[in-house]
Amino acid sequence: MKTIFKYFITFTVVSSWLVSCGDVNSGKSSSQGALSTNAAEKVYVAPGEHDDYYAFISGGFSGQLAVYGLPSGRLFKVIPVFSVDAEKAWGFNEETKPMLNTSHGFIPWDDSHHPDISQTAGELDGRWVFINGNNTPRIAKIDLTTFETTEIIEVPNSAGNHSSSFVTENTEYVVAGTRFSVPFPQRDMPISEYKGNFKGALSFISVDPEDGRMDIKFQIMMPGFDYDLSHPGRGASHGWFFFSTYNTEEANSLLEVNASQNDKDFIAAINWKKIEEYVNNGGGKKVPANYAHNVYDEKTHTATSTMKKEVLVVDPTEVPGAVYFMPTPKSPHGCDVDPSGEYIVGSGKLAAELTVHSFSKMIKAIENEDFDGDAYGIPILSYESTLAGAVKNPGLGPLHTEFDGKGNAYTTFFISSEVVKWKLGTWEVLDRKKTFYSVGHLMIPGGNSRKPFGDYVVAMNKITKDRYLPTGPEVTQSAQLYDISGEKMELLLDFPTVGEPHYAAGIAADIVAKKSKKFFRLEENEHKHAVKSEAESKVVRNGNEVHIYMTMIRSHFAPDNIEGIQVGDKVYFHVTNLEQDYDVPHGISMIGANTSELLIMPGQTESFVWEAKQEGVWPFYCTDFCSALHQEMQGYIRVSPKGSNVPISFTLDGDPVDIE
Amino acid sequence: MKKSKLLMIVGPLLMLGLFVFPLWNITLEAPQYPTPLGMNMHINKFSDVHEFDIKNINLMNHYVGMKYIPETIPEFTIFPIVIGVMVVLGVLIGFFANYKWYLAWFVLMFLLGAAGIYDFYLWEYDYGHNLDPKAIMSFKNPDGSPMGFQPPLLGTKNILNFVAHSYPRGGAYMMFTGMFMTLGAFFIGKKEAGENN
Repeated sequence: MKTIFKYFITFTVVSSWLVSCGDVNSGKSSSQGALSTNAAEKVYVAPGEHDDYYAFISGGFSGQLAVYGLPSGRLFKVIPVFSVDAEKAWGFNEETKPMLNTSHGFIPWDDSHHPDISQTAGELDGRWVFINGNNTPRIAKIDLTTFETTEIIEVPNSAGNHSSSFVTENTEYVVAGTRFSVPFPQRDMPISEYKGNFKGALSFISVDPEDGRMDIKFQIMMPGFDYDLSHPGRGASHGWFFFSTYNTEEANSLLEVNASQNDKDFIAAINWKKIEEYVNNGGGKKVPANYAHNVYDEKTHTATSTMKKEVLVVDPTEVPGAVYFMPTPKSPHGCDVDPSGEYIVGSGKLAAELTVHSFSKMIKAIENEDFDGDAYGIPILSYESTLAGAVKNPGLGPLHTEFDGKGNAYTTFFISSEVVKWKLGTWEVLDRKKTFYSVGHLMIPGGNSRKPFGDYVVAMNKITKDRYLPTGPEVTQSAQLYDISGEKMELLLDFPTVGEPHYAAGIAADIVAKKSKKFFRLEENEHKHAVKSEAESKVVRNGNEVHIYMTMIRSHFAPDNIEGIQVGDKVYFHVTNLEQDYDVPHGISMIGANTSELLIMPGQTESFVWEAKQEGVWPFYCTDFCSALHQEMQGYIRVSPKGSNVPISFTLDGDPVDIE
Repeated sequence: MKKSKLLMIVGPLLMLGLFVFPLWNITLEAPQYPTPLGMNMHINKFSDVHEFDIKNINLMNHYVGMKYIPETIPEFTIFPIVIGVMVVLGVLIGFFANYKWYLAWFVLMFLLGAAGIYDFYLWEYDYGHNLDPKAIMSFKNPDGSPMGFQPPLLGTKNILNFVAHSYPRGGAYMMFTGMFMTLGAFFIGKKEAGENN
């Protein structure tokens, strides 16, 4: 077991940084003002015109996913995913509370990192976006007809769900790789006994091709490294998945030093088709687990949370030929596969050069058993045997690479704050542009597919000091848009982002826009508390619970005045929006409500609970500007003392206002 | 077969298009409706141009006290019968009657059509003027009289924030073509009769 790392020599990182500080055209960027170019024209989208691309940029620590247009950089929507969102009542209303359920209970926050768009035959199909919750491991699925999160599955035996959520070529699987290895099974044990006892789970979550329903098909219990990022194979390498690792030292303290000792860590190459076959033939072991599977049903407008009690675990050493390690210099972050599927780019965060592995050489090395020992029984391929080439002196701190589909790769460099364009095959640096500042990931729409749309690259920056008007100690985080259609990259635009723009996925607008839903059909509303006409609206007492079945339409609620509520009652508002028109949501909130307002789409039903705490007459009103008489859209609730004999009653004038 | 006879048979048959295509259309444009609201009138029903347009027209119109567009009106029973009878009558005339009857059929159809248009006007007038006295918004004309919201009988008109268009549709065009074919049949028939003498 100790044979693993003895081959790896260390050398000084600092000296390699110094020599790698390439200077292709540094200093040019300062003269690149908007006035000297036609950058403004290239990002200008005239009023009423639409952008060419959707960009789904993760909110990092905001836990959400934001939708921007490219090239304008305009923000269209923040989709609530892992964090409660008062604006959309996400996690506040009765319908979506189950979406944030986990084995640790209701969790109102997570750290959303890597969105990826579903694919068919290696090309983006625009059906769903998947995104990972990093902190309490989860994968969410967002439906691109409604731009709403419709499913969240928790990932057991994992921690720091970082190397996800990337999808295979036909969206067979979305993966969830653990960043932190943890004891398997979880138990009370000394942390100092990490080495050999902690495991890293790589989870393959199957996606139903029809309805997208997710299910953990299997987990591969890997050695206790940190699994950082991953990408699927495609084309010839379809069937394989690649995961970068760090901390192959299996250190458990002061990792910045102790996990940076090995000269090379690994990219784990997983033949998932082989493991799938093994599992389909009864392989693997079902082990007890406890994880939540939350599904939002568009017909009932309601989520349900189911606790699952079992997961299938695969020991990689029991499936010979399925898992290999490719040595990759210095704590690789990005693990990026080019559109052809031949090249796997490992971005050693601390390395002096970019390492590119060749898939075909990897297969040959496996056939020739060109191994340099093993790690916990998993063969380590010899470094030279898989190496396709290396980009020399590319910059400092390579992180992540995307591809334009024209034979070029673009890599971000965190330490030297730049995007570098280089050529696949010749490994020569073609161009470099500054970013402002400390760039993390970058994104080319369609980047994780066989067919990138090679017009733009978006760089996502961690630091922006002096780029925008100051807003106190915290200034906005930001993305930068570069035109990559020509030989040289051109910086076109800065635009602020919500939360940390961790990673993004982009897609041509016409694939998604035409499928966007305009409203929910009232006749298909199967919410158990829906009322579909004003005539059906009612108020029902059930012990100390009162259920108000309410409708809303421009510009009134039915009913609008409700009496007979008593102090101590729990009052449920079940509110249905009767509109059947595009872009006519209504809102409702109640004074003293300790939840949030509801924002209800046309044809939808939502519920919130309001506790009657004080006697009096208390108003509710529409919170979303809906029509010329929006201000008139209001009503009252009369709260009487407990035990009062005021009967339940309600009004809605006497006018025949029902149009159903 | 004689040209006139052929025209007299085909002309009334063209009116069967009314059972397939809408007769008339009213479209309402406004800035907040980039896709305009539209209502088609068939000889037997109203229909949405885009799903739920009529529901949304009703929602808009209730602000000024206009009534909801009814599910059905008596005309929807009468019109199909009238058209059906006229088609049968026309075809029979074409096969069996003298060209002079062609003109008679045309005149009768013209009168019936005019009556239909007048009926449509009355309905529109009532719809646009018979407003709920409790209307949310009430507007007056410059002369102080209450503003009406009657859509144009034919053409385009501004009504508050809407631009209303009222134009014939496929069914009507087929009817007009059919009617003028019967008129043509009369003149051709007359000429043919002259040549034979």
